[in-house]
Amino acid sequence: MAASCWPASGFYREKKRNCSARTAIFDGGMMKNKEGEVANRPDNTAFTQQRLPAWQPMLSAGIVIPGFLVIGLVFIGIGVALFLGSQSIQVLESDYTGLNSNTPCYECSDASKKNCTCSIEFTLTKQFDGPVFLYYGLSNFFQNHRKYGVSRDYYQLSGDTAYFKNPSDSCSPYIYDSGVPIVPCGAAANSMFNDSFRLYQLVGGTKKPVPLDGKGISWWTDYNIVFRNPPLVNGSLAAAFNGTAKPVNWAKPAYELDTSDPSNNGFMNEDFLVWMRRAALPDFRKLYRRITQGDYAAGLPVGNYSLEISYNYPVIGFGGRKKIVLSNVSWMGGKNMFLGVAYLVIGSLCIVMSLVMLIVYAKYKFPEGDS
Amino acid sequence: MLRRRLNHLFGGDEKRVDSRTIYVGHRQCPGTEAFIAPKFCDNRIVSSKYTVWNFLPKNLFEQFRRIANFYFLIIFLVQVIVDTPTSPVTSGLPLFFVITVTAIKQGYEDWLRHKADKEVNKYLVTVLEDGRRIRKESERIKVGDVVEVVEDETFPCDLILLQSSRDDDTCFVTTASLDGESNHKTHYTVPDTEKDLESLTATIECEQPQPDLYKFVGRMHIYRSDQDPAVRSLGPENLLLKGATLKNTKKIYGVAVYTGMETKMALNYQGKSQKRSAVEKSINAFLLVYLCILLSKALVCTTLKYVWQSRDGQDEPWYNQKTQKEKDAYKFLKMFTDFLSFMVLFNFIIPVSMYVTVEMQKFLGSFFITWDKDFFDPEIQEGALVNTSDLNEELGQVEYVFTDKTGTLTQNNMEFIECCIDGFQYKNRDSCSELDSFCVTDGPVSKLHEKAGREKEELFLRALCLCHTVQVKEAGDMETVSEDQIDGLLPPTEQQKGFIASSPDEVALVMGAMKYGFTFLGLDSKTMKIRNRQNDVELYELLHVLNFDPVRRRMSVIVRSKAGETLLFCKGADSSIFPRVRSEEVDRIRVHVERNATEGYRTLCVAYKQLCTEEYVEVDAKLREARLALQDREEKLMAVYNQVETGMSLIGATAVEDRLQEEAAETMEALQEAGIKVWVLTGDKMETAKSTCYACRLFQRGTELLELTVRTLEDGGRKREERLHELLLEYHKKAVQDAPPAKLGVRRSWVTASQEYGFIIDGATLSLVLNSSPEASSTRYKSLFLQICQNCTAVLCCRMAPLQKAQIVKMVKNSKGSPITLSIGDGANDVSMILEAHVGIGIKGKEGRQAVRNSDYAIPKLKHLKKLLLAHGHLYYVRIAHLVQYFFYKNLCFILPQFLYQFFCGYSQQPLYDAAYLTMYNICFTSMPILAYSLLEQHIAIESLMDTASLYREVAKNATLRWGPFLYWTTLGIFHGLLFFFGVRCLFSNPALQDNGQVFGNWSYGTIVFTVLVFTVTLKLALDTRHWTWINHLVIWGSLAFYVFFSFFWGGIIWPFLQQQRLYFVFANMLSSVSAWLVIILLILLSLLPEILVLVLRKPRGPHRRQVAAVTPLSYKNLKERD
Repeated sequence: MAASCWPASGFYREKKRNCSARTAIFDGGMMKNKEGEVANRPDNTAFTQQRLPAWQPMLSAGIVIPGFLVIGLVFIGIGVALFLGSQSIQVLESDYTGLNSNTPCYECSDASKKNCTCSIEFTLTKQFDGPVFLYYGLSNFFQNHRKYGVSRDYYQLSGDTAYFKNPSDSCSPYIYDSGVPIVPCGAAANSMFNDSFRLYQLVGGTKKPVPLDGKGISWWTDYNIVFRNPPLVNGSLAAAFNGTAKPVNWAKPAYELDTSDPSNNGFMNEDFLVWMRRAALPDFRKLYRRITQGDYAAGLPVGNYSLEISYNYPVIGFGGRKKIVLSNVSWMGGKNMFLGVAYLVIGSLCIVMSLVMLIVYAKYKFPEGDS
Repeated sequence: MLRRRLNHLFGGDEKRVDSRTIYVGHRQCPGTEAFIAPKFCDNRIVSSKYTVWNFLPKNLFEQFRRIANFYFLIIFLVQVIVDTPTSPVTSGLPLFFVITVTAIKQGYEDWLRHKADKEVNKYLVTVLEDGRRIRKESERIKVGDVVEVVEDETFPCDLILLQSSRDDDTCFVTTASLDGESNHKTHYTVPDTEKDLESLTATIECEQPQPDLYKFVGRMHIYRSDQDPAVRSLGPENLLLKGATLKNTKKIYGVAVYTGMETKMALNYQGKSQKRSAVEKSINAFLLVYLCILLSKALVCTTLKYVWQSRDGQDEPWYNQKTQKEKDAYKFLKMFTDFLSFMVLFNFIIPVSMYVTVEMQKFLGSFFITWDKDFFDPEIQEGALVNTSDLNEELGQVEYVFTDKTGTLTQNNMEFIECCIDGFQYKNRDSCSELDSFCVTDGPVSKLHEKAGREKEELFLRALCLCHTVQVKEAGDMETVSEDQIDGLLPPTEQQKGFIASSPDEVALVMGAMKYGFTFLGLDSKTMKIRNRQNDVELYELLHVLNFDPVRRRMSVIVRSKAGETLLFCKGADSSIFPRVRSEEVDRIRVHVERNATEGYRTLCVAYKQLCTEEYVEVDAKLREARLALQDREEKLMAVYNQVETGMSLIGATAVEDRLQEEAAETMEALQEAGIKVWVLTGDKMETAKSTCYACRLFQRGTELLELTVRTLEDGGRKREERLHELLLEYHKKAVQDAPPAKLGVRRSWVTASQEYGFIIDGATLSLVLNSSPEASSTRYKSLFLQICQNCTAVLCCRMAPLQKAQIVKMVKNSKGSPITLSIGDGANDVSMILEAHVGIGIKGKEGRQAVRNSDYAIPKLKHLKKLLLAHGHLYYVRIAHLVQYFFYKNLCFILPQFLYQFFCGYSQQPLYDAAYLTMYNICFTSMPILAYSLLEQHIAIESLMDTASLYREVAKNATLRWGPFLYWTTLGIFHGLLFFFGVRCLFSNPALQDNGQVFGNWSYGTIVFTVLVFTVTLKLALDTRHWTWINHLVIWGSLAFYVFFSFFWGGIIWPFLQQQRLYFVFANMLSSVSAWLVIILLILLSLLPEILVLVLRKPRGPHRRQVAAVTPLSYKNLKERD
């Protein structure tokens, strides 16, 4: 709007232009005005004359048909690779919300029960290739809710103790617990997933624990750069949290998340980091553990297994579900048939189109060589 | 403006009266009431809009008056006040950017104006004060000061000329900077003033300042101690305008009458009427649609949010409880703020940057017109001029061209062809011209090789020599006169004299007379000197000049010969002379005049009358009285003129040829082929105009002419109205009802139409059609007339008054379908139609600069119109149309995923993209390629556009900005948006996308979608680009590279000023995932696939279109050929 403001305006423009205009007209002659000629004649450059050398790409049949064919073939190739890769991924998935009596953990689904444990038994008839990853999944849980997402204090989480006293307002209503500032504050931290799992192989009636590796489950940058513990006070992390309260839903404070390993404690606890990275969709899964050690580094051998779950996390109240997933990954990540199928479909579509075009092309008998 | 208005409000009493009184030199005059120095404004020119102090508030106020800016301000304020998903920075930054850029630009322009003002205001001028010459700054001149101006200086304010250094009490000025007319104009001193200005005691009474440059009325009272005050009339010829330059005169003295902002120049300086282009209207319509989309999106989300929340357990799950404040808030208030939040979240769908980009495109794009060397005319040493850049694209939409004839279709380079004296024809061809005898050819009357009597001959030639306002060029100027002649009519030896005149006809006539032995030697203090055939010098005292005006269409002079005879010579158009002479004389001459007119010459009739002494005294008194009148002087003068110019006797007629402009016919043909209807509007005679039309191939041999002129109306001998009605109906039947169906007939098929019609109407009939009897029949006539005209290939309107030209343009402009009109003309009489039409084009011709000043574009020659419309207009239209559509498209597919995401995040207004991406998308990532495209694209080469004029029809009627294409683009945007979102959604059904088993979060999701988005919209533009210059390559690939670089940069650093580091390493992490790569490639390709298909299968464009299209719908060969 009001684009007319662009050209320079003023009384004086006209005058300037006319300085070099010729003066007399009807005297039968003309003022010689060589300077005017130089000043007035437009520049004869490619740019000003809109004659810049230009490439004028044309999608001719000679390009499009082979192009489509090549794209189609490449896509089908990728699609096959993806499809096979995805097929080869083994997944074992079990919902343990316990809504119905015949589903696992039904006994624990009653919210009044504390410290309930349940177990899921399963049998592998085929070697489960390693490395195997253990995921937990939640449904209808809106980690991507805006209020939930902003309900955290980055400065706290990066170890700035100044914010331990005065957490950010965005944490509301999880800022203070009866007047004492909550660290880590906010809904995100408060709702941290607190079911825990132990996997046993049943070997001749005894439970042989499968070692679960809690390292390397979170983003490298989260663990090494973004999240920082507060500086230790007298060598103690707990002292650094002095004067703060634990999140209301937590059983223990942040500095006791993993007392066995100081590098996995406090805000550097990888379970915490995994949780704090918000899921994109309301149905999501998060990495819980990796099976990379001991006898199981190459995978889970054939046999019977038992997964012991300490059931703490309430989901039924908001209509959610919990599940546990055992999966290995390929070069493309976890099992997802979508990509492979999509590539195959698009690839074949391209080939079909190139064929259709070829037929049309042949039918109309386009003289190819005479351009 | 404001200042003037304030002056009106607060000014002294003198503002309220119709005239002002000025005391020359501030000297009190005897016999008048006590001298109260009236307050006039000072001589400061203020063209600048701002001062240092008011720049910020005033500029901001003006910028926020624009709806778009205001809308974004509101969004920004909502973001500040309400708790919204995106920080105020996301919309504040672009807004700030836009406002700042505009403010800087306007500030710079204003600084330039300040500088220019200062230059003018601080210019030192010489003022006479109490007998001393004082140098003072121009801005300190007061009304009443006597100012001295020397040669080649511009006048510092509007002055009444008191004294000139020239002997004949005249001075010469050029008004090039006012109206562009570069010829010298003569101004006269007030007669009989004292030679000694010191002793001059006088008052000047004149009208209040008014903008008309050519009107001035005033009265000067000169007081002498011993006599009654003498009264002199003042007219425009006494007034020297600020801005004009003194020429050929050593120095003059003048008294300031209007100063500063009250000078005519300042009053004339005002913004031209804002013309809006059709594209802008389309933009606004689309904007409305998008606003509705925005509102409905926000409404849908708000509704669904509350529906969803009403379900059990969803409103407040234990993990995400509400704050106390939220719980306490009223439900409806919450709903409202939710609605606002959604608005804010989706507001990017209305692109703030589009306005900036469109403005930049128009501003920068218009340079290509000024730069075009094809528009450079070596003769006048000038190229095209762009007065407004708003209408570039309108040049590609023209449906009707209204052209002036003289100076536009023709060169306005007059050549005396022949004359007819007393019924005998005298031809002036080089082949048969001898210096002092007439060559007689066989005209219908002069079969007997007779000549008119010598007396008649000489009388006629004297009339030609005397009846004009031509000036002889001074000897001083002769040195600068070069050898190359524009008028090769006369041998150089005869060309000793240069003539200056406001109309080329007059020069041609004077030169014609010279050819026959009567030479005009010049005007010397009211005495005209001519040299007759016997080489004697005859002297005539010039008593009065009855100036030419377009209403009377004639001019006269009253002279007194040496012998004491008082003669009135009159020349003018036949229609204005014939009724004023004896009818028996008319018959002998009329044949010649009509024949000449048919041959395309301009004819003038010459008449004279002898005034006896009593008559003259009476006439003289009346003229003087009328000249002195302060009010309605024009009307009074006109009445006297009409009274005087009666009862004359006709001596003869002249024929002057006006050659066609270069390539006039080719241009007209190209325009017609382009589907543009050409109407010729001229003040000339029908016959002349008709032959010009034939010459321009507007009418062809097969064209059936439908005439609606005074002559055809009077044929039947019945009442004009009846006949008009009858003819209209008959023509309507012929041209409209019997013609092929309207759609074909009007737009496509005139090439193949069986019968072409041309329509001719004259001014008198037109006014009959337009303002006939007040009943309903008038509107009926009008619509009949319009329908006929619209079905004719060419329309000729002759004998038009300037205002009628504008009336016609207006009528067509407002007719059904509101077609885009273009007026082209070169003279002051075309200004009204130039201003009226959608696009006004001025020709830098010989009738001054008025048309150029009032035009939107000015070109040196008619032939340039072809390239201006067919190449520039077409390209500009395609460019801007694509720009607009693309902008809406890219913002739709930008925001749609964000909208869809609401369904997956509990309608919580969670943005899908990071704030930086939201902000930068339109500013950095996708703005440059489209700007480059919209400046450089040539989807069809310029040569092809020029060669194949019919290509112009492809964009006619706003073709690419109609709802069809808009729907296509919108569908495309929706398709892309859906694809982006759901493609990634399917991928994220398992968010473990890395080979180390780790999962991606919501920001990874958004970043993947955004990456696909940026690449797709940029590549979509790349697909549309048919003309890849290095600039296109640079900006397209550069933008993509910049996006990647920016993402790394943005995610590579812990930004200390950010509350969260949510994007930290997200982009890099995304690239480490093969799946992400694959999905990005897949989605980009899938989005573009339909586009590629359409591109391959669509109808080919270009010059070979027809042959190819005839063979196949596919375009392989044609496209290859163009490689």
